[in-house]
Amino acid sequence: MKREVVIIGAGVVGSSIARELSRYNVDVCVLEKASDVCEGTSKANSGIVHAGFDAEPGTLKARFNVAGSRKMEALSRELDFSYKRNGSLVLCFSKDGYPQLEELKKRGESNGVEGVTILTGDEVRKMEPAISDEVVAALYAPTGAIVCPFGLTIAMAENAAVNGTEFRFNEPVTGIKAGGDGFVVTTDKGTYECKAVINAAGVYADAIHNMVCADKIHITARKGEYCLYDKKVGGTVSSTIFQLPGTYGKGVLVTPTVHGNLLLGPTATDTPDKEEVNTTKVGLDTLQATAAKSIKTVPYRSVITSFAGLRAHEDGGDFIVGESSVKGFYDAAGIESPGLSAAPAIGEFLAGEVAGYLGAIEKSDFKATRKGIPNVALASKEERDRLIKENPLYANVICRCELVTEGEIVDAIKRPVGATTLDGVKRRTRAGMGRCQAGFCSPKTLEILARELGTDITKITKHGEGSEFLSEHKGL
Amino acid sequence: METKNLTCIGCPMGCALTVTYEPGNRESVKVTGNTCKKGELYAIDEVTNPTRIVTGTVRVSNRKNLVASVKTKDVIPKSKIFDVAHELMKISVEAPAKIGDVVVKDICGTGSDLIITRNVE
Amino acid sequence: MNTKIAIIGGGPAGLAAAVSAYDAGVKDVVILERDDKLGGILNQCIHNGFGLHTFKEELTGPEYAERFIEKVRERNIECLLKTIVVDLSESQGGGVTVTAMSAEKGMFEIQAEAVVLAMGCRERPRGALNTPGYRPAGIYSAGTAQRYVNIEGKMPGHEVVILGSGDIGLIMARRMTLEGAHVKAVAELMPYSGGLKRNIVQCLDDFDIPLKLSTTVTDIKGKDRVESVVLSKVDEKNNPIPGTEEEIPCDTLLLSCGLLPENELSSMLGVDLSPVTGGARVDESLETSIPGVFACGNVLHVHDLVDYVSGEATEAGKHAAEYVLGKTPAGEEASIALETGNGVRYTVPSFVRPGRLENFLTVRFRVGNVYKNPEICVYLGDKCLQRRKKQICAPGEMEQVMIKKSDIEAMAPGETIRIAIETEQEAAQ
Repeated sequence: MKREVVIIGAGVVGSSIARELSRYNVDVCVLEKASDVCEGTSKANSGIVHAGFDAEPGTLKARFNVAGSRKMEALSRELDFSYKRNGSLVLCFSKDGYPQLEELKKRGESNGVEGVTILTGDEVRKMEPAISDEVVAALYAPTGAIVCPFGLTIAMAENAAVNGTEFRFNEPVTGIKAGGDGFVVTTDKGTYECKAVINAAGVYADAIHNMVCADKIHITARKGEYCLYDKKVGGTVSSTIFQLPGTYGKGVLVTPTVHGNLLLGPTATDTPDKEEVNTTKVGLDTLQATAAKSIKTVPYRSVITSFAGLRAHEDGGDFIVGESSVKGFYDAAGIESPGLSAAPAIGEFLAGEVAGYLGAIEKSDFKATRKGIPNVALASKEERDRLIKENPLYANVICRCELVTEGEIVDAIKRPVGATTLDGVKRRTRAGMGRCQAGFCSPKTLEILARELGTDITKITKHGEGSEFLSEHKGL
Repeated sequence: METKNLTCIGCPMGCALTVTYEPGNRESVKVTGNTCKKGELYAIDEVTNPTRIVTGTVRVSNRKNLVASVKTKDVIPKSKIFDVAHELMKISVEAPAKIGDVVVKDICGTGSDLIITRNVE
Repeated sequence: MNTKIAIIGGGPAGLAAAVSAYDAGVKDVVILERDDKLGGILNQCIHNGFGLHTFKEELTGPEYAERFIEKVRERNIECLLKTIVVDLSESQGGGVTVTAMSAEKGMFEIQAEAVVLAMGCRERPRGALNTPGYRPAGIYSAGTAQRYVNIEGKMPGHEVVILGSGDIGLIMARRMTLEGAHVKAVAELMPYSGGLKRNIVQCLDDFDIPLKLSTTVTDIKGKDRVESVVLSKVDEKNNPIPGTEEEIPCDTLLLSCGLLPENELSSMLGVDLSPVTGGARVDESLETSIPGVFACGNVLHVHDLVDYVSGEATEAGKHAAEYVLGKTPAGEEASIALETGNGVRYTVPSFVRPGRLENFLTVRFRVGNVYKNPEICVYLGDKCLQRRKKQICAPGEMEQVMIKKSDIEAMAPGETIRIAIETEQEAAQ
C-alpha cells in the first residue's frame, strides 16, 4: 500500500499528530498494534493538564507543556471533550521546603506559567479544607487543569478520521526500511510505502526509532499505580494536589477527575516488561499512605477500582520531538509526564514539520470541530426529552451507575473510529466506569456490540483478540 | 460396614456427622455427631438414598442468546445428576414455552419429568 | 401523572409491596421497573429452594417470581416496564415527585402520595476489594456470570476460581460444574462461610470442590484473559500471610463478596441511611426518615431468603396504604431507639413509635460472627426482657425477635431497646 505518511501509535500523541496533519492535503495512515485508540499510556494516567512550572526551563518538556496547556481549553470546546481548569497546589510540609518552593515558582515564571503564587498553610486550608494540618505552605498555579484523557484522545482521532486519516488497528509494526525517497513499513498484515514516518509508539518508541536510526535511544517503562474513588468522595479536594518532590519520595497527587471521582496516584517503579500494567499490594498501600500526607483522611472504603499505567521514560530525561538523524523519520518519543498536557502542542509542531517536509498545503475543507456523543446523564430534562424523541434508545439505560443509555453506546460503536470492544465503549461513554464496575451493564453492552457489529457475542472482547469474555459450552 | 463423614444441612450448625452403615440396609445406619433428630434423619437418607432436584437450562431453537430454565419436577437419585446435566445439553425447546411445560418425560429414567421453570416469550 | 403509591422496582420486594398495598385498600398503585419484565434478579436464579416459608414448597427463582407476578396481574396493578427512575424529590405540597424516563413516554413525572423503595442491591465489585493484579477479561461478579449462563446460555469461562462463599458464589460453583466447567476452589476470607450449610454441601461437597477458609486472592495474572490467580492464607486481621501463596491456573475468577443495597435514589431524596447496612433507617412501619417513604427488601438490608423479602415488603405495602388512607396510628410520642448490643451488627427497624404498633414489634438483625450456643437477649432499658437459647447464630442468617407492644409501652422515657448476643464464655468472664 502507498501512503504519504505513516504514524505509528494511536495514543494521545499519535492522535494529536494525526488530527493536526489532517489539516493538510496529505494521505495519512495511523498504525496501531492494539484494538483501539488510547490503549497504552494514554488510558492510564493522572488526567492532568500541568500548568508547566515543573519542567526545567529550556527543555522540550517545558516548551510543549506550556504550549499544550494553553491550547487545551480552546481545543476542548472545538472537539467537545471534558476539561476543567481547577488549579493546582504543590504542598510543602516543612520550612526546609521553602527554597524548593521558591525555586518551583521561579521555574514556572521563566517557563511563562501565569499567576503562580505561594500560599501559607492557612491560606491553603481555607481554599482546600481537606488539606493536612502538616502543610506549612504551597505553590498555587491557577492554570493547572484536569482533562478526560480518553475524551481528548478519542476526540482528536475521530476528528482526524473525519478529515480523511485512516486508522488501522491490530497492526503492530514489525519492521521499517529506509531507502530511495522514503520508507517501507512492515506490519504483520502488509507493507506500507511512504515518504515520512512519525514515531509515536509510547513505551515502544525506542524499538521503532532503532529500526531506522543509527543513534539508538532507550526507553524504560515506568509503572504508576492509581486508586480511583467513588463520586461521593469526589469533592474531597477541588484542585489538583501535588507534594513537593523529595520530602516523601516523588510524592503522589490527589485530584478530582473531570467526571467527579477522586483519583490518587501514581507510584513510580521501573519495569523491564512493557506490558506490566498490574497493580500490586505494595503499590496500592504505598500510594494511599503517601496521599495520606496530603489530605486529612483518605476515603479507603470508597475505592471503586485501581489500575496501573506505564510512562515512557527516555534515558535523556527529556521528550524527543522532531526529525531524527534520518530524513523523513520523525520522533515523538519519551513522552512521559507532562505528555498529556503537551500532546496538542507536539501534534501541531510535528504536523507543521512534516507538512513542510512534504511541501503539503492546507485543505480548504478541513472540519475543525467535532461534536461528542450526547451525554444523557448530564443533559437537562428538556434535552433528554428531545433526545428520546429523536431516538428512543436514549431512554434505555444500560449502565445505571453512570446513567449511560443504549443510544449512546450505539453511537460509540457507529462513529468514525468507533468502539469494537467493551473497553472501547467504556472509554467513549463511561458505561462500566461507575461504582459497580460493569457488573450490571457488561452483559447488555456485549449484546449491543455483537448486534451492531454483526458478530456473535462470543467474539466480543475486552480489548482485542485473546480477551474474549464468553464461549459456547464445551459439553461435559 | 462402611463409614462416611457428612455435614448436616438442617441448620447453620452444620454438625459433622459420622455415619456407619451396611450398604442397602436402612436399619443398620448409625449416626454420631448430630445434635438433634434432624441430623440423624438427614444422614440416614444421605447414605441410603441421596436425592437432589436438578436445575439447569436448555437451548431455545428459535431465539438467539436466550435459554429456557428447567428442573426435574421431583427429586432424582444423586448419582444421576450428571446424566441429567449431560442430557440438558442435547435438548432444545421452541418459544413460546411456559412454566410447568414438560420438556422430557421421565428424564434419564429417573422417573421425574423435566419441566420449564421460566416463561419464554 | 398522579398516583397514590409509586413502587420503585419490580423485583420480589416491589411485587409483594404492590399486592399488599392493593389489598389494604389502595388500588391506585404503580410499579416502575427498568427491565422489560417483572421479577428482578429472581429471573436468573434458576436453582430451587425458594418459597419454603411462603408457599410451603420448593420453587426456582422464576417460578417464585411468577406467583407474585400473577397476583399483580390479577389485581390489574399498573406496571411501567423499561422505565428507569432517575430522580426522587419531595413535592412542595407533600408527597414525592418521581422523575422517570422511558422510550415510550420520554421524560415524565409522577406525583405520588407515598413511595415504596424496592430497588434491591448490587454486588460488591473487584475494585472495591482493591485486589491487586492485572485487569484482564475473565473476572466477573458471580451474579453477572449467573446471568450469562442462566439467561443467555453462554459460558463465562471453563477453569474457575471463586472468591467469596456467599450463596451466589456457591450456587454458581455448582451451576458452572453442571455446565461442564471445572471449579477449582472457593476461597473465603473469613474463617467461616457466609453461605447456607445446604449450599456448601449440595453445591461444593457434592462435586468435591474445595472450600478454602481464611483465604483470599492476592494476585491476578494474565494480560488479556485471566491465566491464574494467587491465593494466600490470611491472619486474624485478614492480612495475607507471606509464604502461603498458592497459584492456581484458571481462566475465570468469580467474585461473591457481598451485596450492597442500591440507595442512590434514596440519597437523592434525602433519606437517612445506616452506615452499617447501607440501607435506610426505618421505624417499625418500615417508614424512612421521610414521611410517606417506605423501604423493604434488599434495598433496606440484604436478606438471606426471598421469603423474608416478600414478608417485609408485604408489611411495607400495608403501611404505605395506611399512610395514604390516613389510617396510620398517631404514634406521635417520642420514638424509642433500637441499639445493637454485643455481636449484633444492625437491627431493622432502627427506631420504634410504640403508638403505631399493633401487638408486636418484629426486629430483624444479623450477627457479626459465628456464635455457638448463644442466647439472644432483649433488653428494655437495663432490664432483660427475653433470653432465647439457640444452637448457633451465624452472619449468613438473619435473626428475628418479637417484643410485645405492652412491654414497650411500659418503658420509662429515654430508655432504649437493646438486642445482644450472650454466650456462656462471655458470661463467665
